[in-house]
Amino acid sequence: MNNLILQVENARAYYIVENNYIRAIDDVSLDIREGEVVGIVGESGSGKTTLTNVMLMNIKKPLSFIDGKVSLFSNGRVIELNKIPREELQKNIWGKETSIIPQSAMNALMPTKRIKDSILDVMKTHFEEIHEKEIIDKAKTRFEEIGVSKDAIFRYPFELSGGMRQRAVIAVATLLNPRFLIADEPTSALDVSTQKMVLKTIQNLREKGIVKSIAFITHDIATVRQIAETLVVMYAGKIVEISPMEEIIREPLHPYTKGLLYSVVTPEPEVKKRGVYHIPGAPPNLMYPPPGCRFHPRCKYKLDICKKDEPKLKIINNRKVACFLY
Amino acid sequence: MPILMVKNLTKIYESGMIIRRYIEAVRNVSFSIEEGEIVSLVGESGSGKTTTANIILRFLKPTSGEILVDGKDIWRDIKTFEELREYRKRVHAVFQDPFSSYNSFYPVDRVLYQALELLDKNPKSPESKSLIEEALISVGLEPKHILGKYPHQLSGGEKQRLMIARCWLIKPKLIIADEPVSMIDASTRGGIIELFEKLKEEEKTSILFITHDMGLAYYISDKILIMYLGEIVEQGSPEEIISNPKHEYTKNLIESIPTLYRRWE
Ligand SMILES: Nc1ncnc2c1ncn2[C@@H]1O[C@H](COP(=O)(O)OP(=O)(O)O)[C@@H](O)[C@H]1O
Ligand SMILES: [Mg+2]
Repeated sequence: MNNLILQVENARAYYIVENNYIRAIDDVSLDIREGEVVGIVGESGSGKTTLTNVMLMNIKKPLSFIDGKVSLFSNGRVIELNKIPREELQKNIWGKETSIIPQSAMNALMPTKRIKDSILDVMKTHFEEIHEKEIIDKAKTRFEEIGVSKDAIFRYPFELSGGMRQRAVIAVATLLNPRFLIADEPTSALDVSTQKMVLKTIQNLREKGIVKSIAFITHDIATVRQIAETLVVMYAGKIVEISPMEEIIREPLHPYTKGLLYSVVTPEPEVKKRGVYHIPGAPPNLMYPPPGCRFHPRCKYKLDICKKDEPKLKIINNRKVACFLY
Repeated sequence: MPILMVKNLTKIYESGMIIRRYIEAVRNVSFSIEEGEIVSLVGESGSGKTTTANIILRFLKPTSGEILVDGKDIWRDIKTFEELREYRKRVHAVFQDPFSSYNSFYPVDRVLYQALELLDKNPKSPESKSLIEEALISVGLEPKHILGKYPHQLSGGEKQRLMIARCWLIKPKLIIADEPVSMIDASTRGGIIELFEKLKEEEKTSILFITHDMGLAYYISDKILIMYLGEIVEQGSPEEIISNPKHEYTKNLIESIPTLYRRWE
């Protein structure tokens, strides 16, 4: 197995709202290894975006890091990100070691600023002093590398198409060649033909060695299946299954993964043959998650133990699943 | 005879006070839907799908062309309020976000009452009460969990089921469903799709299913229409469209759709 790049161990991160906890990330452990694209899927509200903030240790109110450990492996050193103050993360880690294409970033670019000025703003958070020309040159090169004309950096966001804007965001996120890149729903706001292009762009980042590892987050399994070798499935703030991609598509283990996979509707004969499933009920409110397995109220295979005890991730060959059926 | 025939439909929007600009939102569109058939209209946003739907629903006047429902031209032959009311019973809409507008301030019961009023029934009568319960049960909703609630207390899936419950009350011949599942999470979407299939099977309802999602269209339809820049560029059975697309736009679209059981290249 390749070397670790990032390791999350038993992390809990809760939102504190009116003296209540929203248990958005609850005892989550995840390894990211060098050279790997890890896909993270889950429905809206399952905690995907919160997990990205835990991986970066970008913890801002009302989110609070309750306990656990987030380690970054860099040049033979182990850096415990959860022990480092925010200013230091900003100066030394974000953008350089770990970076993110935030959810909806392409629509959050400042409309009154040219792309180049947005880039300079980001760089000012990483360096005390910046050499404008050097950064602009670097940005131009990166834009060309990922298939956007270098002149795009002199444009305003509204002058660019959705695909161009998203690639501009990708260029900015990877300007300093971070080893680990997180992409949070990078294709969800785009139409299908643009989605494919953006997906290829992200795939190329690793092939060109611009980044080493990628966490690709989405609610769309058919999209992530094109790019990731490992799939992580989240439900209600927990990881329920981790598996090599081909195996999980062929044989999902967790009942939730089954429901999710069999509800995917793509234009393929297999889909017509198997039919389109749905999972009854709705995900729990994370302020009052059910005891035991968080999926048990919707699970048709539930046992008595599922209502009382929390299943832990259990290793089965090269897969992991959190379910008492195994 | 087809339930719906659309012949050479064109809609040109005009805008601008001094310099007039014309946008051809729908151009020379023709298609038909038979009884008990599900036909999907597939295209990206801005391609003219919703304009077409609004004209068929008689919310928007066409620039030219004809719409025949059961052989009657809906823009020429419907004149009185009574005729329009009849039409609303035959052709019914299911939208993407049914509670986005004024309905959001009232208990959800109201949308069912509206349907009963269309049928000339007193919503408060005992008969209506049992009709409502029946309709809710046919769409998989528990009446006592739904009635009296406000829209924000229901999930997206429950709200959409409720709108389909209206169809069980009115029993229209044709449903125009505009992106009815696009706001619903994948794991509950299958349940809504089943409800449309059930209407088709049990009531022989015809459905114009408007979507940007080719996978969904492939799964649910008897026929697919591909709309691009206001025109229908191609139509055929789902199998024909997927395995042998003819128009450049369709080819490109199908190549771009991620597949679950095959990895690209
Ligand atoms: N700023 C916030 N304040 C309070 N609760 C939040 C906030 N952001 C997210 N949540 C809650 O945390 C849970 C996980 O959300 P999120 O991580 O955004 O999920 P996803 O990215 O999978 O959609 C949800 O219950 C959501 O409502
Ligand atoms: Mg999110």
